[in-house]
Amino acid sequence: MLYAILCFHDEAEVDGWTREQDDAVLAKRAKVTDPLAAAGRLGPAMRLTSTPSATSVRSGTEPLVIDGPFAETKEQLLGLYVVDCESQEDAVEIAKQLGQDETGGFEIRPVKLYKPSTIGS
Amino acid sequence: MTEIGWIGAALTGARPRALGALLRYFRDLDMAEEAFQEACLRALKLWPEKGPPRDPAAWLAMVGRNAALDQIRKRNRDDPLSDDAEPEDPTDLEADMVERLDGAHYRDDVLRLLFICCHPDLPATQQIALALRIVSGLTVGEIARAFLVGERAMEQRITRAKRRVGTADQVFETPSPAERDRRLATVAAMVYLLFNEGYAASGGEAHIRLPLCEEAIRLARLLLRLFPHDPEIMGLLALLLLQHSRAQARLDADGAIILLEDQDRGLWDRGMIAEGLVLIDKAVRHRRRGPYQLQAAIAAMHARAARPDDTDWSGIEQLYGALEILQPSPVVTLNRAVALAKVDGPEAALALIGPLAEPLSGYFHFFGVKGWLLSQLGRTEDARKAFDKAIALAHTPAEAAHIRLHLDRLMKDSKAG
Amino acid sequence: MLYAVLIYDDEEAIAALPKAAFDRLIANHEGVQEKLAAEGRLGPVARLMPTTAATTLRQGGETVLLDGPFAETKEQLLGFYIVDCASLDEASAAAGEIGKACNARALEIRPVHLFFPGIGLT
Repeated sequence: MLYAILCFHDEAEVDGWTREQDDAVLAKRAKVTDPLAAAGRLGPAMRLTSTPSATSVRSGTEPLVIDGPFAETKEQLLGLYVVDCESQEDAVEIAKQLGQDETGGFEIRPVKLYKPSTIGS
Repeated sequence: MTEIGWIGAALTGARPRALGALLRYFRDLDMAEEAFQEACLRALKLWPEKGPPRDPAAWLAMVGRNAALDQIRKRNRDDPLSDDAEPEDPTDLEADMVERLDGAHYRDDVLRLLFICCHPDLPATQQIALALRIVSGLTVGEIARAFLVGERAMEQRITRAKRRVGTADQVFETPSPAERDRRLATVAAMVYLLFNEGYAASGGEAHIRLPLCEEAIRLARLLLRLFPHDPEIMGLLALLLLQHSRAQARLDADGAIILLEDQDRGLWDRGMIAEGLVLIDKAVRHRRRGPYQLQAAIAAMHARAARPDDTDWSGIEQLYGALEILQPSPVVTLNRAVALAKVDGPEAALALIGPLAEPLSGYFHFFGVKGWLLSQLGRTEDARKAFDKAIALAHTPAEAAHIRLHLDRLMKDSKAG
Repeated sequence: MLYAVLIYDDEEAIAALPKAAFDRLIANHEGVQEKLAAEGRLGPVARLMPTTAATTLRQGGETVLLDGPFAETKEQLLGFYIVDCASLDEASAAAGEIGKACNARALEIRPVHLFFPGIGLT
């Protein structure tokens, strides 16, 4: 089953990382994702820009366009991984490895329907 | 989607919370329902124009409460003698209401709403009918159709049930953790009953009544959202999803029951199965086994088997064994016997169900299983007697037809042999 | 640039939709996807299970595993589209189409900073 691992972090902290810190995080995470990719278990993964660059649209007769994220939370959704896992436990284990020595958290949510990218196909 | 479609869905989705808050406020079911009704009417007028409010449940509770208070004021003005019922300062009330609508209250409000439907004096079917009316917001007509009774009869049944539940003061006190657990267990049992009422209708023509099953799943989801850490509620939702995943495969075109091993597994709903399996995974982590989790685990064993021959019967037998310890009942033993027959053969299973003859003397499935075991042992005459008994006890034509099929097969085999 | 269009709605209201309305919603989505795919702009699309199926890992100091979603909100993240767009205007237009398809309470349009297509699941 496919699981989405949603990454939540305090963006003020993440945006404050130096280039070296950022590279170190990516390198650390690659150690987790490379074997998953090699096993054909890694779906798309992405990092989103921090929420000030978001635009939200609240629906209604007159849709309301808001600058910024939809949900105001202490930590922000900053990225996600889609991973093929045997079980919830398996997915939790991967999230633990991804977040080793970090603050913030991960939401592990099974994917009900997934359609791969059609770009370039 | 039509505008009315989403407004209807938003009202249904918000109903338990809004009505729960109103009941807490007025401490009177009829008054709370009237207030909610009024709020819905206003929502239907205002929402298409202005768009949905940020928090529909809070909006409905607030508007409903104000509308009801206006009504009371009007009545008081018409009746000058009752000036002792002078309404409180509305600003105070508002602040109070906002406080009451705080998320922390929602859980107890919704639980209370469900719990009062489970009044012990009410027979199970009335508890269910009441919950469908009050919590789910189904119309009397819809409920009557689901129960295959006339609308008038259902109306009377619900009115009587409402009068019965009353609303004793202690229901409104914030429950202690132990009391909350007790309420949750009672409500969970009612939701499971509701599902079973839909799954194997007790009497009546339709053997599976989908709307009842779907409503039960919605209520189980609601409970899990209120109690996200309770492994038994995870187990309950998993159980319902896993059982319901087979709904499309359980009956043939004529409405006859298709046994699990004869079902077209391609018709099983994979999405429901996947969600059920995840919930079991989540529940296991808590290491607190319970009856719903065990039953869900059994359903999962079937769901995981791509073909009937892949079924892990010995695993199922063990799970029923664990369930027997946790919740001893002759029906559980009967189910274990079916699994045991697959593992150790019909003789062992027959020995296991021997002592059940008395407690299950009026139980359709007991005689169905007994007949099935006897026929495997070549005891045709005894098998026929058991099947005859089963037919006499069948609740629905589908059940009876299913046994007749067994019987026909038995007779044919015995003639051939 | 890739944009993520995050779909937020009240999952209890979605669960209360009659089947016909829900099926129509899914069909609408498929219409939007076909159009975006024909334009060569549609990245991966996912619908998530309800938040009752979620587990959350919280870190910092002690690591704790919790049941349920990370953020308790009135509307829940129900799914996302990744769309290749030249500008925010284009992305907003795509989000508008998606919004029309499902009448979701809200859509968030967020530029994707880094994207790994992943292998295997394609």
